[in-house]
Amino acid sequence: MTATTSPLRRLLGRPELGSVVGALAVFLFFALVADGFVRAAGLSTVLYAASTIGIMAVPVALLMIGGEFDLSAGVMVTSSALISSMSSYQMTANVWVGVGVSLLVTLAIGFFNGFMLTRTGLPSFIITLGTFLMLTGMNLGFTKLISGTVSTRTIADMEGFASAKALFASVLTVGGVDFKVTILWWLGLVALASWILLRTRVGNWIFAVGGGKEAARAVGVPVAATKIGLYMGVSFAAWIAGQHLLFSFDAVQSGEGVGKELTYIIAAVIGGCLITGGYGSAVGSAVGALIFGMTDKGIVFAEWNPDWFKFFLGAMLLLATLLNAWVRKRAEATA
Amino acid sequence: MARFRTWVSIAAAGALSASLAGCSSTGGKRAEDARKAASAQGGGAVSTPRWTVAMITHSGDGDTFWDIVQNGAQQAADKDNIKFLYSHDDEGQQQAQLVDAAVDKGVDGIVVTLAKPDAMKSAVARAVRAGIPVITVNSGAEKSKEFGALTHVGQDETIAGEAVGDELNRRGRKTALCVLHEQGNVGHEQRCAGVKKTFDGTVRNIYVEGTDMSAVQSSIGAKLQADPSVDAVVTLGAPYADTAVKARQDAGSKAEIDTFDLNAKVAASLKDGTLGFAVDQQPYLQGYEAVDLLWLYRYNADTLGGGRPVLTGPQIITKDQAAELESYADRGTR
Repeated sequence: MTATTSPLRRLLGRPELGSVVGALAVFLFFALVADGFVRAAGLSTVLYAASTIGIMAVPVALLMIGGEFDLSAGVMVTSSALISSMSSYQMTANVWVGVGVSLLVTLAIGFFNGFMLTRTGLPSFIITLGTFLMLTGMNLGFTKLISGTVSTRTIADMEGFASAKALFASVLTVGGVDFKVTILWWLGLVALASWILLRTRVGNWIFAVGGGKEAARAVGVPVAATKIGLYMGVSFAAWIAGQHLLFSFDAVQSGEGVGKELTYIIAAVIGGCLITGGYGSAVGSAVGALIFGMTDKGIVFAEWNPDWFKFFLGAMLLLATLLNAWVRKRAEATA
Repeated sequence: MARFRTWVSIAAAGALSASLAGCSSTGGKRAEDARKAASAQGGGAVSTPRWTVAMITHSGDGDTFWDIVQNGAQQAADKDNIKFLYSHDDEGQQQAQLVDAAVDKGVDGIVVTLAKPDAMKSAVARAVRAGIPVITVNSGAEKSKEFGALTHVGQDETIAGEAVGDELNRRGRKTALCVLHEQGNVGHEQRCAGVKKTFDGTVRNIYVEGTDMSAVQSSIGAKLQADPSVDAVVTLGAPYADTAVKARQDAGSKAEIDTFDLNAKVAASLKDGTLGFAVDQQPYLQGYEAVDLLWLYRYNADTLGGGRPVLTGPQIITKDQAAELESYADRGTR
C-alpha cells in the first residue's frame, strides 16, 4: 500500500471487501424470501445472534492474522461464566467479586495457551486442542463437584447482580425495539481491534508475526510477547461473552460451548482472514459474524427445514472464501 | 475428457443394472409406501382459520426421539388446520434466539422445551408479554407455570426413574448401572436419581459421549468388565439400548439391559427378549397434545391440567406389550 494508490484500488485491497459483498447478497436474499426478516424486531434478533459470535470472532481474527489458532475459545466462554457464577456463590460474595475472579482466571488460561505455544514450539492446533479438552472436562467436573448438579445455582438474588446485568446483559429499547447490549460490546471490540491493527505498533507486530516469524524476529519484533498477548485477547473476549451468558440466564449449563470455536474461526475466515496468517481484518470478522447470524436466523424466518442449516453454512463458507480469493487476486493484479 | 466421459457412462450403467438386479422383495421403501396407503391420510377436520404454531426444542441434529415428537405435532397440526414450524438447537442461548425469532414472526402459538430453563426464561417471558400462548413440553415441568406457560405436557423424570427402580426390584436386581449420554442434562440426572431413590440395590452412574456410539459401547463394555457384579444396565435413550446390548456381548456379561424411551429396534429387542423392559414417555403424545392444546386454547380458551403438568408417562413396556407396539414404532409414532 503506497500513498499513491487510488481510493478505488485501496478499497479493492481491503481484506473484508469480499465478505461485505457476500453479506449484502445474503441480506437481500433473506429480505426477499423470509417474512419478518427485515422488520426491526427481526433485525434485532439477527444482530444479537451476530454479536454473540462477533464478540469472539474479533480476537480470533487477530489471532489468525498473527498466524495461530485457538480451539479452546468456545468452551472458554462457558468456563468464564462458570467461574464467575460459582466463585460468587461459594464465597457468598458480591457478584462483582466473581466477575473479577473470572477475569483473572480466564486471562490466565489465555496466558497459559500463549506461554505453552511460545515455550514448546508445538503447533497451536495441538496446544489449544489440549486446553479445549481440559476445559471441557473441568467445566463438567468442577460444576458437578461444587454444585452437585450439572448447572450452576442461580445468583440472581445476590448483591451486585443488577449492576452487572446492566453492564453485560441489559436490553436497550430504541424506538420501541429491544436491542441487546452485546451489540455495543461487539462494535466496541471491533473498533478497538481495528485501531490496534491499523494505527499502532502492536498492529504491525501482529501482521509481522503472522507473515513470517523468523523475519519478524530478525527486525526486532517481540514474537513471544505478541502471541501471548493475542491469546490473552481471546480470553478477554471470552470473559465478556461468558459474563453475558451468565447474566442473561442467571445460571450456566456446564456442558455448553463445545464446537463454538469453529464458529468463530468460520466467521473470521468468511471475513477475509487467511488460514495461513498475515492477512485479515477486525471489520471482516464482524461481517463474517453478521453473515453467520443472518444465515442462522434467516433460515428460521424463511421457515425452511433446519436440517439443512449446516449445508447452507458450508456452502456459504466456500462461496465467501472463493469470493475473497478472487477479489484479492484482482486487487493484486491491478496494484 | 473423452476417456472421463466413458468412465462416467460405464459407472452409471453399472449402478443402474445393480439397482435393477438387486431388488428386495421384503421391507424397504415399497413396504413403507404400502403401509402408508393402508392408513389413508385424512385432511384437516376443523373450520378454524389457518393458525401458525412454532415448536422450538433443545434437540441436537438428527435425533430419533424428536422425530417422533415432531410426527405427533405434525399430525395434530394437519387435523387442526395449523401451519407447523419446527426448529431446534442444543445450545441454550441459540434456542432462546429461536424463540425470539418465532415471537418476531408473530406466530399464534409456541411449543417449547425447557431443558435449560434459565436460558429460556427471558425469551418465554417475551412471548407471553406479546400475548402468544406458550405450552412447554418434555422438560421443565417445575418452571412451566412460573414462566407463564398454559400447560406442561411431559413426563416427570424423577417419577419415571422411580418407576424403573420399582421394576428393577420386582425383577430381583442387585446392582444397576445408569448410563448418562448427555453431560449437562438436568432431566437425565433426575432419572438416575429417581432410580436410586426406589431401587433397593446400588446404582452406579456412568457418563458416556452420546454423540459417539463406538465410544459409548467401549465405555459400557469396560465398565461391565471391571465390575462383574452389575446385573442391570439402564440406558436413558432408545438408541443406546442396542449399543449396551453389544457392549454386554463384548464384555461377556449377563446383565439385563433396560432403557428409557422406545424406538423400532427397542420394540423388536423387547419382543425377542434381548432387553428386559422399556419405560416410555410417549413422545408422539407430547407433540400431538401440545399443538392440539394450543388449538383448543385459541378456539375455546380451554386449558388442561388445572395448573399441574399433564403427564405422558412413565409407561413400563415389557415383552407382553412389545408385539403390539412394534408396528407403531416402525412407522415412527411410538
